[in-house]
Amino acid sequence: MFWGVLEQLALGFLVTLELFAITLVLALPIGLLIAFCMMSKFRPLRWVFKVIVWVVRGTPLMLQLFIVCYGPALFGLTAMRDSFLAACIAFVINYACYFAVIYKGGIESISKGQYEAGQVLGMTRTQIFSRIVLLQVIRRILAPMSNEVITLVKDTSLANTLGGIVEIIAAAKAVTGTYALPLIYPLLGAGVFFLLFIGALTLLFGFLEKKLSYFKV
Amino acid sequence: MAFLEVCGYRKKFGENEVLKGISFSLEKGEVLAIIGSSGGGKTTLLRCLNFLEIPDEGELRLGGETLFDAAEKLRLSDTRIREKRLHFGLVFQQFNLFPQYTVFRNITLAQTLLAKQELARKKREFAAARKGAPKERRKELKAEQKKILAEIRDTQKERIAQKTDELLARVGLSEKRNAYPYELSGGQQQRVAIARALALSPDILCFDEPTSALDPELTGEVLKVIKGLKSSDSTMIVVTHEMEFAKNVADHVIFIADGRIEEEGTPEEVFGNPKSEKTQAFLRKSLEEPF
Ligand SMILES: Nc1ncnc2c1ncn2[C@@H]1O[C@H](COP(=O)(O)OP(=O)(O)OP(=O)(O)O)[C@@H](O)[C@H]1O
Ligand SMILES: [Mg+2]
Repeated sequence: MFWGVLEQLALGFLVTLELFAITLVLALPIGLLIAFCMMSKFRPLRWVFKVIVWVVRGTPLMLQLFIVCYGPALFGLTAMRDSFLAACIAFVINYACYFAVIYKGGIESISKGQYEAGQVLGMTRTQIFSRIVLLQVIRRILAPMSNEVITLVKDTSLANTLGGIVEIIAAAKAVTGTYALPLIYPLLGAGVFFLLFIGALTLLFGFLEKKLSYFKV
Repeated sequence: MAFLEVCGYRKKFGENEVLKGISFSLEKGEVLAIIGSSGGGKTTLLRCLNFLEIPDEGELRLGGETLFDAAEKLRLSDTRIREKRLHFGLVFQQFNLFPQYTVFRNITLAQTLLAKQELARKKREFAAARKGAPKERRKELKAEQKKILAEIRDTQKERIAQKTDELLARVGLSEKRNAYPYELSGGQQQRVAIARALALSPDILCFDEPTSALDPELTGEVLKVIKGLKSSDSTMIVVTHEMEFAKNVADHVIFIADGRIEEEGTPEEVFGNPKSEKTQAFLRKSLEEPF
């Protein structure tokens, strides 16, 4: 029975990981684009994205999940059939906005002198960003980023409110039915999965921080 | 005709007119010292020369060619501004070294990027040439071109490394080649910044108070390096509060007050026999300063 439960939990955790990975891979670059829009010289663009970020950060993620899933009904369409896709969309938008705010803070913390030094050396704007600014920004935002990423791992369990997504918490609930087991045991097992994975992430971020500590900003 | 001619530079920030018509000229190989009290517009002038700011009015000629003319109301593209910038170098008061790169990389970065652009251009030319060639020749041609490109890349790399080592020797930092900026003293950082600016062989090298952010015991080493750069083909503009340095090194001195040139001439004229009252007052004050 133990192995059976473990297998079910592991399958659920795969779904959790999938949601986590998709969100991270998409939200990291999209967040950077949003950050650029928020810092754009073109005022309307700046304001549009500031409002979007305000709305996304100002409402619960769970509400956003429901809106993405059932929102189409507002326009006379049917609710989204694929709840996993809906969850991905909601998570990507939500996390892209949080990342954007972190990126923006990081980019704005780099002194003007770094840009100007690049400019007087004849570098292009892209070169200045990619060769000079980016690594300094990454170094500065690593700590807040690790916080967000760890929160994301745990937030994925919100997806089970949409139904049809058997991530690890849902899997733990399901497994009690199959094996007539008190709910608390598989849930504790789910907790162990989270702890182990987040432990690994913490080590990874620690490693990255150490790697980038060869210079001081 | 002088090597550098600046005519009627004006610059406003909002309602605040910071440069109110600055004109001067400079011969090749000369050193110009700019002195003046705080807020007079010295930094703004250097920033305008380096196109970090675009003057509202005025004209700039370099080697007889018009490099900038505010009367041409064309908005300058980024690429055009970058080309113009390469004629000038600027050493900042705060050094602004790139913290994530070693001393060596700090100096080579910009050159390497320029070399890469050159290589990319060559590659495009080659690709076009291949298209024009008969089909059966193309493969052979491609192999030849690849060899040429590899050769260019190697010579570029070697040339840059050699030049950088020469520059490091010139600023006395050969043994710091692989150090990171945070491992250096302020004076050493500023010397790296000087080498970095020299690496692109600008026609005119500008310094904005290069020693003002340094402890007094470190200013000497930086000023010595700048003095050592003086030669027949390096033209420099130095904004400084070091009157002794201006006296000893400069060929020309300009005193700027409130966005205008109040006084200009040889060091002997400006320091020994200033005509304007403002200059006299400024010099009196700056001589008293240490106490
Ligand atoms: N980007 C800017 N926007 C608005 N005002 C500016 C800007 N840059 C400079 N100024 C103003 O221009 C004036 C001249 O400044 P500038 O830095 O050129 O003086 P300076 O002669 O270099 O002074 P210091 O000896 O203190 O370095 C100051 O009044 C300053 O407030
Ligand atoms: Mg200044």
